[in-house]
Amino acid sequence: MTTAVSFQHASRYFGSVRAVDDVSLDIAEGEFFAMLGPSGSGKTTCLRLIAGFEQPTAGHIEIFGETAEGVPPYRRNVNTVFQDYALFPHMTILENVGYGLMVKGVAKGERDRKAEETLGLVALPGYGARRPSQLSGGQRQRVALARALVNEPKVLLLDEPLGALDLKLREQMQVELKSLQKKLGITFVFVTHDQGEALSMANRVAIFNDGKIVQVGNPEDIYERPNTRFVADFVGSSNVLSPGLAKAAGGPAKWASLRPERIAILRAAEKPAKDAQRTSVTVKAVHYQGAITRLNTVTNSGDPINVAAGSQLGKFAEGETLTLTWQPEALHVMAGEA
Amino acid sequence: MSANPAILTGGGTLRALSDVLFRKPLWLLLLLLAPPLIWLGVVYVGSLLALLLHSFYSIDEFSGLINYEFTLKTYAELFHLANLDVILRSLLMATAVTLACAVIAFPIAYYAARYARGKWKALFYLLVMLPLWSSYLVKVYSWKLLLAQEGIIGWLADRLHFNWLLDAILAIPVIGGPSLSISYIGTFLVFCYVWLPFMVLPTQAALERVPGNLIEASADLGARPAQTLRSVIFPLALPGLVAGSIFTFSLTMGDYIIPQIIGNSSVFLGYAVYLHQGTAGNIPFAAALTVVPIVIMLIYLTIAKRMGAFDAL
Repeated sequence: MTTAVSFQHASRYFGSVRAVDDVSLDIAEGEFFAMLGPSGSGKTTCLRLIAGFEQPTAGHIEIFGETAEGVPPYRRNVNTVFQDYALFPHMTILENVGYGLMVKGVAKGERDRKAEETLGLVALPGYGARRPSQLSGGQRQRVALARALVNEPKVLLLDEPLGALDLKLREQMQVELKSLQKKLGITFVFVTHDQGEALSMANRVAIFNDGKIVQVGNPEDIYERPNTRFVADFVGSSNVLSPGLAKAAGGPAKWASLRPERIAILRAAEKPAKDAQRTSVTVKAVHYQGAITRLNTVTNSGDPINVAAGSQLGKFAEGETLTLTWQPEALHVMAGEA
Repeated sequence: MSANPAILTGGGTLRALSDVLFRKPLWLLLLLLAPPLIWLGVVYVGSLLALLLHSFYSIDEFSGLINYEFTLKTYAELFHLANLDVILRSLLMATAVTLACAVIAFPIAYYAARYARGKWKALFYLLVMLPLWSSYLVKVYSWKLLLAQEGIIGWLADRLHFNWLLDAILAIPVIGGPSLSISYIGTFLVFCYVWLPFMVLPTQAALERVPGNLIEASADLGARPAQTLRSVIFPLALPGLVAGSIFTFSLTMGDYIIPQIIGNSSVFLGYAVYLHQGTAGNIPFAAALTVVPIVIMLIYLTIAKRMGAFDAL
């Protein structure tokens, strides 16, 4: 399989800040790759290194086997969908979408035809005569996508493209983006801080923290088998158990993660399942979220455990005493923590 | 009684007044706008209308008194050859000054808007505004010294053996002359100098408002820097350039001092107005002359709007 983008010990410093710190990464052709991390973790800078807006301070970057250092953005067959879309306000939608073709010298008739065709692809046919200011956020997002796709890029970079949309629209765009990527077969590199978005859309996810990649893997790997405390906590707010606690919970004496939804809740009269680990806790806080209720509890020894309770379990009250049980195999030992 | 009431009551007249204005925000707006509106409406627009009105009167050629009867006779005088000459000369000078100012101002404004940060930005403002702090007359007379035959430019050309170049420039028909200070070139240079800040500042403000990611997006879509400048930066900066050109153009059209001090003593619009309203006492004709730049500016702005200069606003 061809490697679309390759980072080889690439770093980007801004003064003394190491925005990207010795990142090595291979993104395969045709992959839907997500870069996930908190703000300031270096994921956007990585994207900008691929686009050519930033140059690596050290290390090497290749795009389809070609050295990318020193190559300006306009010479890279890579296009970006910007976070706030960056549509040209003084141009119509058709001119915006046709811009990449216009600067390459494609004749007006041909580029208008292609731009209109691409607008059809993103479900905005007939919007060409309008101005960006006349469109809604979701529509602008589609125009930004069409403007990038019309150039038939080898790699499409998406910088938190759904961040400004409301929840319903975001979910709809997630589905559309994913099916579009399948249809076109273009390599998508997607930057987000929304773990749900990354897990649901990407073939592979890289987790960023402090300018470094802490874990790369498919969504199941990342969620079920986090290799550091950071990943466990950042993706799905897992319970991170210290070696002592992990041993008490039925695992080896190593750092471990226990997903809140893998913990069952027993109320007074119920009996735990065979082989199950159990502990008694007191409810400290209740966060009702509709489908589930998140509970912050503490054990008798004062260790916090977060639990996700299904709505069928009814209401919980602060100060209530519960019994938590889990199967020993629900405990995942994190290899990245010594 | 609660010790900590949810809604505070009481208070003096001032608080009552604040409360009224909170409930009627339109009153506040009126209160804020009334003084400037009165000033603009009465003093500013009023005097402009009085000026317009006078341009429709005429002067009695024998008595020199103003004949308060509506006539277009004064406007007809504008089309006498000598007056057309003044108008055309002013128009060409204002156009040349505006174009030169735009060309010089754009790179400066671009640097200040996109690259200068912190103290460099402060330095930019300082350098651009500094000439505005000193007296206009002092600046113009300083330029007369610089441009004079024995001035620093002549001296420098002599020392660097560029006499031939200076002589060649001064030998150009019409715009040349015996020395820079007695030529249209000199008038043009000084106009450019004194009005440049009025072009730099609005252009810089317009460029500042161009989001950086539009420039990145343009490069990302394959546009070389020159294409980005032409297709994205320039159209978005155009409202600023047009605003600046309104200043440089109308200030050049209206100025009556620079052409008297520097140049070959040919009459420009501003000076013509000065001559007619002063000793000649021909207020109607002075008013008609003043209407000329107003009409030219209106035509210019209409064309600019048609060309889409304000689409990005």
